[in-house]
Amino acid sequence: MSIARYSMIAAAVLALTACGKQQPADQSTASSPASTPAAESSNGGGDTVKLGHAAPLTGNIAHLGKDNEYGVQMAIDEINAAGGADIGGKKIKFELVSEDDQADPKTATTVAQRFVDQKVVGVVGHLNSGTTIPASKLYSDAGIPQVSPSATAVAYTAQGFKTAFRVMANDAQQGKVLGEYAVQKLGAKKVAIVDDRTAYGQGLADEFEKAAKAVGAEIVKREFTTNQETDFNAILTSIKGAKPDLIFYGGMDAQAAPLKKQAKKLGIAAKVMGGDGTQTPEFIKLAGPDSEGQISSSPGQAKEDMPGGKEFLSKFKAKFGTEVQLYAPYCYDAVKVLVEAMKKAGSTDPAKYLPELAKTDYQGVTGKINFDEKGDVKNGAITIYTVKGGKWQVLEVVGGAAQ
Amino acid sequence: MVDIFIQQLLNGLIVGSIYALIALGYTMVYGIMQLINFAHGEIVMIGAMVTITCINVLLDAGVQLPGPLLLLAGLAMAIPVSMLLGFTIERVAYRPLRRAPRLAPLITAIGVSIVLQQAAMLIWGRNYRPFPSILPTEVHDFFGAAITDLQIAIIILAFVLMGGLFFLIEKTRLGRAMRATSQNPDVAGLMGVNINTVISMTFVIGSALGAVAGVMVAANYDQAHAYMGFMIGLKAFTAAVLGGIGNLWGAVIGGILLGIIESLGAGYLGDLTGGFLGSHYKDIFAFVVLIAVLIFRPSGLMGERVAERA
Repeated sequence: MSIARYSMIAAAVLALTACGKQQPADQSTASSPASTPAAESSNGGGDTVKLGHAAPLTGNIAHLGKDNEYGVQMAIDEINAAGGADIGGKKIKFELVSEDDQADPKTATTVAQRFVDQKVVGVVGHLNSGTTIPASKLYSDAGIPQVSPSATAVAYTAQGFKTAFRVMANDAQQGKVLGEYAVQKLGAKKVAIVDDRTAYGQGLADEFEKAAKAVGAEIVKREFTTNQETDFNAILTSIKGAKPDLIFYGGMDAQAAPLKKQAKKLGIAAKVMGGDGTQTPEFIKLAGPDSEGQISSSPGQAKEDMPGGKEFLSKFKAKFGTEVQLYAPYCYDAVKVLVEAMKKAGSTDPAKYLPELAKTDYQGVTGKINFDEKGDVKNGAITIYTVKGGKWQVLEVVGGAAQ
Repeated sequence: MVDIFIQQLLNGLIVGSIYALIALGYTMVYGIMQLINFAHGEIVMIGAMVTITCINVLLDAGVQLPGPLLLLAGLAMAIPVSMLLGFTIERVAYRPLRRAPRLAPLITAIGVSIVLQQAAMLIWGRNYRPFPSILPTEVHDFFGAAITDLQIAIIILAFVLMGGLFFLIEKTRLGRAMRATSQNPDVAGLMGVNINTVISMTFVIGSALGAVAGVMVAANYDQAHAYMGFMIGLKAFTAAVLGGIGNLWGAVIGGILLGIIESLGAGYLGDLTGGFLGSHYKDIFAFVVLIAVLIFRPSGLMGERVAERA
């Protein structure tokens, strides 16, 4: 029975490598936890403080993580280039500590602990809802303010943590707009829903389902996939059998693009719709010509129509040599909002500037930023886009007065 | 509902014939030197990446060729690269360990796999690479199910390649040398078989099949990335064990069976369990099958019971 025993060993070794396969965190800018806490608080005398940023910098949505990092980097570089921010009578510079959470909830808590150990004064992140939520507990315990630029799951700010904020509309707002648009504007009566079982994908799909049902749509199929999958033929085939008018996908672009392509290959004529995770240039790149007709929403206004949008986009392009993917402007604003609160409080001490953060009233690149008592942004505009001629085009802006 | 069932079967057959091609690579190497070459999945990945790069270079250079010809040009580049890689891996990583305890080459194989994956990430980056949209996407109707030209080509090519491999193993001098080596390398060596050449050729042929499979995956699912080799390699390995590792027919049958089990499982699991288990549990089928085979029929469906080797 040597084969059996051998295979068992092989399986065991494989199980080990399965963990080992995860790339070690890309710590391009991360300093070692042992480094001296240069400035625990500005009152200590140091004039550089650390700001944490976490996003998946490896894996299938690394392009979005990098985009977020660039947004944060841009804000910090601008502040530092001006000699630092005026906080409590001192010029304070910021150091970016960027960590890779691999879009994995478990890794995210490790990253969060590392931030806490390094005594960062604030955190911009994480990118995914599934990583933001478990990490937020650690930040809350350590009293470190956290501003997520992109976590849209309702649950994030519903936990009652005083340190949790976001500068983007949540899934309850987005799912509602999408559900109503699908039924009332696109005339979808039978709807199939697929989600990737992450906090974000599942949450958005649930909100969409609720809204679509409320305005009279029938959910003919609810299917699931994972955020690693590339083969959707099996679920699309069973969806095809249910003959929906529209397929809604709750998840990110790395899955939404092949899903769209494979739907076409299976001869499915239904429209395909998604949330902000699919409204990226990368989606169009991955899906190619088959991206035509995709309908996706994004919280906030179109990048070009944001109050400081045009200027931001051109500065971003000049600095990093690449287009903004999705959340970079929100990351930029998140940094600015944190620094504004520090300026007002006259301190980089989280305990001192946290109350000021809650009272934020800031005109950012993405629009006016005020937080409600939960930490959600008050400006709730949702924009719906479609792909036409290889480009995202605005179909409609719903809610949220333009500032 | 019949058309849906046929579609699921077709989906399974397509992915199953890809698994089978990859499983052949595992099983050939195992049959000859009792080594599980875990780096094989990465060879599949590199085959896919090289093809995509090659097609993109041709497109950028403004070459006006029909899509299928571009794909062939990409394949013509990927196959030699993968063959060379397979040859090099065997020469550098496995040959020095041929007389070592079995666990040593196994661990080395995993090491090689990680090295290749990281190297691919350095060369091609971490992002998903879209497969260029060069192939026709209109669908044909097959008893109510949809199938594209590419998918028809995948199934036919996979079976042609398998047929070719069987011919090679059963009817040619090299095939005879391979069979002799798999029975007893030392005796085969004494009979004038050049063991080193035979083993090198095994890796080269397996890698070529792997490269073709990689291109099939990339073209059918429209993308490739540096980590794709791990899961597909694991599935194909499962297919090889399912069929009886070391047995060529076993790899083919195991691959196709696994593809169909997965496809039907993902398609009907939700309905059968009343929504308790959804289609996102697709991947567990491969591993449930692996465990079941190891428990109830450790030598696989087609495998013979072999006596413990000294």
